[in-house]
Amino acid sequence: MKVVKTIKLYIGGAFVRTESGRSYSFNVAGKDTQFARLCQASKKDFRNAVESSKGAFKSWSSKSAYNRSQILYRMAEMTEGKRHEFESLFMDSLGKTEGEAKEMVDKAIDTFVYYAGFCDKFHQIAGSINPVSGPFHNFTHIEGVGVTTLIEDDKFDFNSLIDSICSILTGGNSVIVLLGEGCPAVLGPLAEVMATSDVPGGVINILSGHLDELSEVIAEHREVRSVSFQSTRDDVFQAMKLKSTDNMKRMVPRHKNEKCLENILSFVEYKTVWHPVGY
Amino acid sequence: MTKKKTTKKAAKKAAKKTTGKTTKKATKKTAAKSVRKTTKKAVSVKAKKFVFDYDPAPESTAIVNIKSRYEHFINGEFVAPESGKYMSTINPATTEVLSKVAVGNEKDVDKAVKAARKALNGTWGQMSGAERGKYLFRIARILQERAREFAVLETLDGGKPIKESRDVDIPLAAAHFFYYAGWADKIEYAVPGREAKPVGVCGQIIPWNFPLLMAAWKLAPALAAGNTVVLKPAEQTSLTALLLAEVLQEAELPAGVVNIVTGAGETGAALTAHSDVDKIAFTGSTDIGKIIAKAISGTNKKLTLELGGKSANIIYEDAALDQAVEGVINGIFFNQGHVCCAGSRVLVEESIADTFMKKLKKRMQQLRVGDPMDKNTDIGAINSKEQLDKIKELVAKGKTEGGEFHEADVKIPSKGYFCRPSFFAHQSASGTISRVEVFGPVLSIQTFRTPDEAITKANDTNYGLAAGIWSEKGSKIHKTALGLKAGVIWANTYNKFDPTSPFGGFFESGYGREGGLQGLLPYLEVK
Amino acid sequence: MATVSLKVPGGNKITIPHYPIDMIGADERAGTFTTRSIKKQSKLDALYLAIEMTDLTTLGGDDTPGKVEQLCGKAINPVPPQYLEELRRLVPEKDLRPIPSVAAVCVYPEQVPVAVRCLEGTGINIASVATAFPAGQLPLDIKLRDVKRAVKFGATEIDMVIDRGAFLRGDYQKVFDEIVAVKEACGEDVHLKVILETGELKTYDNVRLASWMAMEAGADFIKTSTGKVQPAATMPVTLIMLQAIQDFYEQTGKKIGMKPAGGIRTAKQAIHYLVMVNETLGSDWLDPHMFRFGASTLLNDLLRQIFKQYSGQYFYDDIFSLD
Repeated sequence: MKVVKTIKLYIGGAFVRTESGRSYSFNVAGKDTQFARLCQASKKDFRNAVESSKGAFKSWSSKSAYNRSQILYRMAEMTEGKRHEFESLFMDSLGKTEGEAKEMVDKAIDTFVYYAGFCDKFHQIAGSINPVSGPFHNFTHIEGVGVTTLIEDDKFDFNSLIDSICSILTGGNSVIVLLGEGCPAVLGPLAEVMATSDVPGGVINILSGHLDELSEVIAEHREVRSVSFQSTRDDVFQAMKLKSTDNMKRMVPRHKNEKCLENILSFVEYKTVWHPVGY
Repeated sequence: MTKKKTTKKAAKKAAKKTTGKTTKKATKKTAAKSVRKTTKKAVSVKAKKFVFDYDPAPESTAIVNIKSRYEHFINGEFVAPESGKYMSTINPATTEVLSKVAVGNEKDVDKAVKAARKALNGTWGQMSGAERGKYLFRIARILQERAREFAVLETLDGGKPIKESRDVDIPLAAAHFFYYAGWADKIEYAVPGREAKPVGVCGQIIPWNFPLLMAAWKLAPALAAGNTVVLKPAEQTSLTALLLAEVLQEAELPAGVVNIVTGAGETGAALTAHSDVDKIAFTGSTDIGKIIAKAISGTNKKLTLELGGKSANIIYEDAALDQAVEGVINGIFFNQGHVCCAGSRVLVEESIADTFMKKLKKRMQQLRVGDPMDKNTDIGAINSKEQLDKIKELVAKGKTEGGEFHEADVKIPSKGYFCRPSFFAHQSASGTISRVEVFGPVLSIQTFRTPDEAITKANDTNYGLAAGIWSEKGSKIHKTALGLKAGVIWANTYNKFDPTSPFGGFFESGYGREGGLQGLLPYLEVK
Repeated sequence: MATVSLKVPGGNKITIPHYPIDMIGADERAGTFTTRSIKKQSKLDALYLAIEMTDLTTLGGDDTPGKVEQLCGKAINPVPPQYLEELRRLVPEKDLRPIPSVAAVCVYPEQVPVAVRCLEGTGINIASVATAFPAGQLPLDIKLRDVKRAVKFGATEIDMVIDRGAFLRGDYQKVFDEIVAVKEACGEDVHLKVILETGELKTYDNVRLASWMAMEAGADFIKTSTGKVQPAATMPVTLIMLQAIQDFYEQTGKKIGMKPAGGIRTAKQAIHYLVMVNETLGSDWLDPHMFRFGASTLLNDLLRQIFKQYSGQYFYDDIFSLD
């Protein structure tokens, strides 16, 4: 008999069970048999992830862009190392063919590499030195917006998920990924990639759970500075927008393109600094 | 108008009285004596002090022709409001009614949005970027040519010193149009590697503190990017926006590209709620910003917000102190403190706090509060009675919370809405004045001991608009700037603005930037 | 530039704390005074005051007794009486205030005897530029002889130059000691003005430090320039010096005077300076004992503007240019 494992949450660099003790099953594609059990993260699990993510934002955003770049490249390497695990996961749980599964992993690896190379460049493209009239040096510098929650739910697309994670990390943000019910058991190998890629604990947290249960706490939590909403459930998105107006969270809708600058720029703030020029 | 003349006359009389006295004294002294050879120190003759009181130097208002009534500007024409209702706009320095301004309702807004949509699909939407740019250049040029007229009207309607409307508001407004004019045919460089199109019909709602300048900040990037606009000025200060409408006519801007609907909150709400508006851009208070954000959630309208602040102005012990004092003065008393990025929280290193406050008090004593039309006025009228009452209420509350309250001992006119510059010191960080945006000439001063403490205190707010840093040590400035959660950081200066420099805040100070390339992006949609 | 430590006579040490100046901020502040609009009676009062504050100056290689005599005549009676009469006839209804004499004439030591002869009994001071003016590049003993000679001739004020070379190479002690020595050579009754030659010190930080050193060393006045180096007096440089005077007064209780010199040619400029004094040091310094203009052509414009204020007409420039 096959041992069905329960995949833990990944919070603050550690694999933990949900404090609520709840879990739900994810079936083998097209069958009634369980593929794996997933922890159903609670509001408290989410808050714990925010705590860890908040501290990690400081260390991640203060790392050199070169260093962030190397860590993202490391993620590509670790994904390559776990290629078979990802591929069989997609074949077994999503019913993909071997070719399709291979292509999914190939694309994701390319995405990691793409953003790895962007970490130390987007400042130069989107930042600026501004020619103000007057004896001032004036420059606009880019910073991450802070703790960001990434919501993936229905319409699971592995490459889109990796694109979202990377664009958030590239900007210098920490991220809490919520994989909703529509997502397969990708949490396991993905968290293992993160755990072994030199990214500090807490920079990426991955939860599995129900979007309807968690959307409100995500919208209301003031330490969550932005949300990348990749689900197609517009009703939830609009409700979250309304809930988050009091803390003026940046609510970013589903990205239109992959591997592009604007995805990074959705999660940054521009900081403009003036200084006189004189003796 | 007659009322105002009499007050001016009275002021003149009073001034003559005082200067007359000094003349006599001076005459006696100088006629024969001049400076005696033997006098070593001036102490012996101190009795005859020269008092340098500046006589009134009022800017002439003749250049402006204020109409008795102003209509909406829709589809290139001035049109009466559907409701037939008008509201009064006053001169806050005299409290006299200047004119009547149309009150817009849903029907007016709908007409304006339709006109904007038509222009977007027609003339404006089909025009090349280069042609759009030429219209913007033309508007900028006319603004420059009519600058004095705008400055006078701005000061009459809003109460800000003529010195500021003349030297800051109007030239910067023209500069914004000039800057964005050049972007109109270079959009492909704004989004490298991508194609972009205008967002569509933009509803823009602007505040009363920099009426024309905020209109320019909103209109120029929107038009350069190819959008069309419905603008709603603040109900207290609509006149310069309506004069701008005349400039748009003079520039032959195609009908419907810019529409101006005047009115109060309900008019703004109607604009926000209109289903055919693609984007809302708002500058104003955080409270109203949140209401707007709520109002448009449930739709996919885009939103940019420039909201309030409680910006810290950090003074390190190694600062150029005299310049830092100037920066603090400019930071909080510029435009009566009606500035969203006002440096309203000074954080001064404890070791120099006493010296700093001594210098600040002395400097505050030099501020001239009074007739905004006088070219020597530093602090003009508070924009409205409501705002003055709010400031007074907050000051009264601050006074009950202990600490030191200092108010400059300066004359203020008995009529009109005026407020003496003041500060609160030695209050707890949780005190009203150190947390609430006063939006008036009231400063909070706290002390700190280390850079880390300064940064922590500066960031201890739900706002994140601006901050100041004063130090002569470069590395300390950069480290501090990195640590501050604010969209604009003025190091060894304060309250500087430029069309090329992005402006806007973190957190509850808003979304998006205005100014520079970054200020163009919210008006573009990447394909 | 760090803290500067100096030995003072008697063997004690003083330290002058580093007081940084931000150039752009100082320029900006100085600029605000030029936007003040001074009108009517306040303008007229300021014009009169400026005359009383003027050190009417001739410092040419071509100075002759004849030239100095004319200058002294103008110092006493800036306007020929006939023109005053004409003005009176134009505005008979106005109470025409007499035109005052200037504060001092400023000449080379060689010309002091001429000035003494011309100005006897007028109360007008005789300022003389001693200490190897303008470069100051001679040994101290010669500088002191220069000073003593001028004093002996009858100068009531000495305008000395500091050794800018010593200052710029960091030999602050030499600069300081020379001022102390010159002050001593001046004696009790003669005013000492110390010229910093700010156009050669270049930075505002230097101006601040030199101002403070001069005040510590015994200057009665600090003065911007010789008039031989460009730029001479500027609004920001004068502002830095006024603020140093203010801080020195706060710390020591001593009131030091200020003299911008060179480059102030128009009444408008002079009024800007007075506005600046008014809004930094205040009324106590709006006094010829505490503030002077070192200028030659300024006086004519002050007179022209006074005539304009009274009559509403601009007079011929020529009538004022007699000097």
